[in-house]
Amino acid sequence: MKKLVAWLLTATMALSLAACGGSGSAASTSSDAAEETEETAAEEEAAPAEDAKEETAEGQTVKAGFIFLHDENSTYDLNFMNAAKEACESMGVEYIIKTNIPEGQECYDAALELADEGCNFIFADSFGHEDFMIQAAKEIPEVQFAHATGTKAHTEGLDNYHNAFADIFQGRYLAGVAAGMKLNEMIEKGEITAEEAKIGYVGAFTYAEVISGYTSFFLGARSICPTATMEVTFTGSWYDETAEKEGANKLISNGCKLISQHADSMGAPTACETAGVPNVSYNGSTESVAPNTFIVSSRIDWTPYLTHCLECVRDGAAIETDWTGTLATGSVKLTDVNANVAAEGTQEKIDEIKAQIEDGSLQVFDTSTFTVEGATLDSFMADVDTDPAYEKDTEVIKDGAFHESEFRSAPYFDLQIDGITLLDTAF
Amino acid sequence: MREKVHEPLFHIVKRKSLNWYRAWGIRILAILIAFALDALITTMVTGLNPVGVYGAIFKGSFGTARKFWVLMQNIAILLCVSIAVTPAFKMKFWNVGGEGQILVGALATAACMILLGDLPTAALLPIMIVASIAAGALWGVIPAFFKAYWNTNETLFTLMMNYVATQLVAFFVIVWEVPKGAGQIGIINQSTQNGWFPSIGNNKYLINILVVAALTVFVYFYLRYSKHGYEISVVGGSEKTARYIGIKVEKVIMRTMALSGALCGIAGLLLVAGTNHTVTTSISGGRGFTAVMVAWLAQFNPFAMILTSFLIVFMERGASAISSDFGLNASYADILTGVILFCIIASEFFVNYQLIFRKKERKED
Repeated sequence: MKKLVAWLLTATMALSLAACGGSGSAASTSSDAAEETEETAAEEEAAPAEDAKEETAEGQTVKAGFIFLHDENSTYDLNFMNAAKEACESMGVEYIIKTNIPEGQECYDAALELADEGCNFIFADSFGHEDFMIQAAKEIPEVQFAHATGTKAHTEGLDNYHNAFADIFQGRYLAGVAAGMKLNEMIEKGEITAEEAKIGYVGAFTYAEVISGYTSFFLGARSICPTATMEVTFTGSWYDETAEKEGANKLISNGCKLISQHADSMGAPTACETAGVPNVSYNGSTESVAPNTFIVSSRIDWTPYLTHCLECVRDGAAIETDWTGTLATGSVKLTDVNANVAAEGTQEKIDEIKAQIEDGSLQVFDTSTFTVEGATLDSFMADVDTDPAYEKDTEVIKDGAFHESEFRSAPYFDLQIDGITLLDTAF
Repeated sequence: MREKVHEPLFHIVKRKSLNWYRAWGIRILAILIAFALDALITTMVTGLNPVGVYGAIFKGSFGTARKFWVLMQNIAILLCVSIAVTPAFKMKFWNVGGEGQILVGALATAACMILLGDLPTAALLPIMIVASIAAGALWGVIPAFFKAYWNTNETLFTLMMNYVATQLVAFFVIVWEVPKGAGQIGIINQSTQNGWFPSIGNNKYLINILVVAALTVFVYFYLRYSKHGYEISVVGGSEKTARYIGIKVEKVIMRTMALSGALCGIAGLLLVAGTNHTVTTSISGGRGFTAVMVAWLAQFNPFAMILTSFLIVFMERGASAISSDFGLNASYADILTGVILFCIIASEFFVNYQLIFRKKERKED
């Protein structure tokens, strides 16, 4: 009992201390949003604030909340974070960023807390956040929720819940072209034979988004270097620096001459730099850690989508249920080619192929360019509507091509095409 | 011939006994020092005044009704695990397998919700409760059995069982993943809400809090007033004495660990059916280990654990609010909690030992 009293006393002390703080620092803590946006934003604060006031006459004042799985150490989240800051700052929108939010109830709690703080647009970046965002969206119909990479918006039928993705398979294909050019250069220089032109790929899970990514990358590479083959290993995590590094090392020791990856840490680029093996990256440039091996990186630029959403919320317009960014919207991007590593003429070749994709004369998943178990496909039912039974529900091959990201924004290409060997499919 | 004797500046002596208020005085002082250090670190990093730091922490934990309930929910789960490890600790059975026992409880709950998802909640809930308790108890009894009959090291054994549980969950996540290849189960029965704990009024977390409150009272009386509780303290004091007075030590070890595991299993149930409605390998969030600290700090008194778990959750929530307010890396919250835990552990040294400083030399006449 006495212990209890002692504890109560401590608690009271702690609380009273905190309570004093609460009243004393009201000014410094209540202007939270301004402080969140770093110093640069604080400097610009005066101007956008005026804009915002003017805009209220035309539309609703927007406050955006962002939920990110990791922090800026993850290339994936950093890419989103940069887009969020750019979109909000260019529009003079107040915003709050919450990082390191796990794919669990924490996401739901974070979404509702953001709504409590006055956000009327809430965005989450990780696939596993989806169900918790839907849960929050059902509860607060007046707030717009958007989720990148999710698959369920078109079946949930909520007015305030939206999915978005981009035709990143086109970007991957272009990055693959750069890889093919590099392999050809290595063959010409006599460093490897044509048969040794094997690519290694570090993937996260055997999930459609990853499969679509490495397949389009491979098709791009093979369109340039016809003898190219590929080995893919999976780490079972979207972010595991050690596993990604070890995966890349394993592929290199298996004889892979070039590495690419779909996992979010610096693991694979670092391993490539150490081993001196060229690397085609994802999510953004990794040249800082791999100056001698980085060739090029494809990435999704989320700024156009986020800007679009913020405008919709401001104007009271409806946001699309599924939004798919393209090369034309500026959502699918390639970084600058690293001339130290890339083969000569890479940029020119990329521009040439890019023009063909843009005018529709080249389809990335043209069924005449790949086979599955030796046969060319003329029909394929994909699992577009997510369900626990993985039911194949939609015909996605028409006019001689697999139509990716057309029936929903997130990828659904999950075919195992010939020429690619999967090593660890446990995940 | 006079030899010069160097007396060190201080030497360490074990305290014979320390009355309760001085022991608690030392502990409270340690916490206050920790708070002061945290305030200092935060001020250096953010430029807030130290009082403002605690204002921000307070606002981050209690700022809105929602934050308050999330805080209460987190305290409830941590408290549940803390009272779960306590009976074993009182028996000097070092159960560091709380993490694994929570995970199997969570997995059993999720399995029922997935495989029997068509049943209405009223029929499903009792099955989930039984399954989670049985799974947790089993995970506790296995190391207890080996300890009781072959005297294996329970610390290592329970620790290893955590990894087995993690891999088991990882395996079933792949079995039940939606969509295929995604490596996650997602919310289970999202449309039907079968097997979900009902909200009380409008409050989703209240039922978890009430369950844990009831369990806390139960464990307090179980340990203090029941025959089992007495047997536990005798076995903890001396196994030989226990045998001498006719206590079946093997039975007590296994029974107590079954209880410990079952309570962890209930924590898993609360996490899956009450809040997350899914299972992941990280669902327990290290609570199996944090709970050891909470229990120890409260000197194994279940009611004192309410305050110790409050302290830890409050700091965690507050610190993460500071790091998000100021755009700091989330590891910052870990640093603040780390400082507190460090001071608390250090304080136990000063409760058990004292420093005796060199007295001023007096001239001998």
